[in-house]
Amino acid sequence: MTITEPAIEPLGESVLVLRFGERIDLALNARVHAVAAALRDAALPGMLDLVPAYASLAIHYDPLAWITTTTWRSHDDEAEPASSRLAARVREIVAQVTTVDEDDGRLVEVPVHYGGDDGPDLAALAANAGLTVDDAIARHAAVTYRVAMLGFAPGFPYLLGLDPVLHAPRLASPRTRVPAGSVAIGGAQTGIYPSALPGGWRLVGRTPLVLFDASRPSPALLRAGDRVRFVPA
Amino acid sequence: MSIEVIRAGVLTSVQDGGRAGHAGAGVGRAGAMDADALELANALVGNASDAPALEMTLVGPRLRFARAASIAVCGADVDLLIDGVARPTWRRLRVEAGSLVDASRLRHGARAVLAIDGGVDVPRVLGSAASDLNAGLGPPALRDGDTLALGDAADPPPGATWGLDPTPWFDADPRLPIALVPGAHADALDARSREALFGEAFRIGNHSNRVGYRLEGVPLTLTAPIELVSSPVTRGTLQLPPGGTPIVLMAEHPVTGGYPLIGQVAAIDAGRLAQRRPGDGVRFVATTAAQAQSRYIARRLQLDALLRAIRERRP
Repeated sequence: MTITEPAIEPLGESVLVLRFGERIDLALNARVHAVAAALRDAALPGMLDLVPAYASLAIHYDPLAWITTTTWRSHDDEAEPASSRLAARVREIVAQVTTVDEDDGRLVEVPVHYGGDDGPDLAALAANAGLTVDDAIARHAAVTYRVAMLGFAPGFPYLLGLDPVLHAPRLASPRTRVPAGSVAIGGAQTGIYPSALPGGWRLVGRTPLVLFDASRPSPALLRAGDRVRFVPA
Repeated sequence: MSIEVIRAGVLTSVQDGGRAGHAGAGVGRAGAMDADALELANALVGNASDAPALEMTLVGPRLRFARAASIAVCGADVDLLIDGVARPTWRRLRVEAGSLVDASRLRHGARAVLAIDGGVDVPRVLGSAASDLNAGLGPPALRDGDTLALGDAADPPPGATWGLDPTPWFDADPRLPIALVPGAHADALDARSREALFGEAFRIGNHSNRVGYRLEGVPLTLTAPIELVSSPVTRGTLQLPPGGTPIVLMAEHPVTGGYPLIGQVAAIDAGRLAQRRPGDGVRFVATTAAQAQSRYIARRLQLDALLRAIRERRP
């Protein structure tokens, strides 16, 4: 596949953002995860965090790791800031990332109890889509989704791959409290609320899995780049 | 050993250097709003710079100490009383077992940090003791009647006994401009809004908190709506929701956002902004990313030198 170079720009003093595009797209998102993996392996000095998003990637870093304090002069630094030095290294690493395997990624099965009290919006959503409830469940559970990114709240996965028939606008007035584990649809996306949160997505079911637990060695159940299948329970 | 919270104040919480390393899982950094105040107060009592301390907001706490302690208050100007006697801030103070520390009155500025030798001892969540009230991580905000455990203090306490000049590290004057780097979508503002961004004063809205400050007064509009997918944001990011009231993200910022990115507040002015109160003005002055980073590094090196001097008791 042809690969476009990402635009690399500073977002403040200690974040560099790589922008690969401006749309929700499986191939673009896979590219984000491949570059994130390469950057993780490169273990550059001063790396603090990597945040993959749909079509962009943030590198949180310590700019002091990209200066030499003995020779540091503010004037020189403005001519070639720490962010430019890091960006040059990042460009080299990105150039090495040639293959993007879209099927790469752990497969996680998520049991879901669809409808009823666990998915109070499912019946209306199915009716609007011209489907029976069983058909809507079958379509939602038929896809292998990709975790595009985690955000909004700790451990909240944004999943790519929702059947267009099931696309549904967000609620006009969001719920003040969505129960933890709720599986929901917002526009073209589907996701799972990791904890009780306010939310405007339509609730179609609920999983007993704990999506985020800070006391676990790996707190978030799902990682960006994982593949997910819902299993009706 | 512990302290008893007689009065918690408006919003007093345990804060440290924040939670790094989990942003990819959707976990924001949190930590102290005024990071310089945290580091200096900790250094004055001999703690690691990012040790857990108490951050108070607008109206501070009244605390009863069960053990003798060294404390230091940095950040906002506080009328600090120890057993009813006025004591200075920005220096190490001795508190005896049974003493009452009253930091309830903040005269100038919005937030102060009270550091205690040995640090506040609360369970670490993902490597940090910080309260992230928005994400529900770390301890809840202090309540009246709470008991807080303290870590073990070194004896004799390390650190300088002299006081600091707060001038380079604290300024809550709302007339001082805040340096802002124009953001990825600043060019999408209409002509009037582009002019207003650096030409007019905004006012910090009442619904501002540790997540973000709403900048009211001059609604900003785009020439045309932009369709964006969620992308990374960080502390200091100035984003523009559809209502036209820009929001600058503070310590409890989310890690991604889907609103147009109008600008990025320079980190050297992050503490200065954190010291402003709802109703205070905000006026932006344009800077470049390179200049902002260079000034940040210069200030960081200056702060590191001061922290070393405090630890080594150099005058």
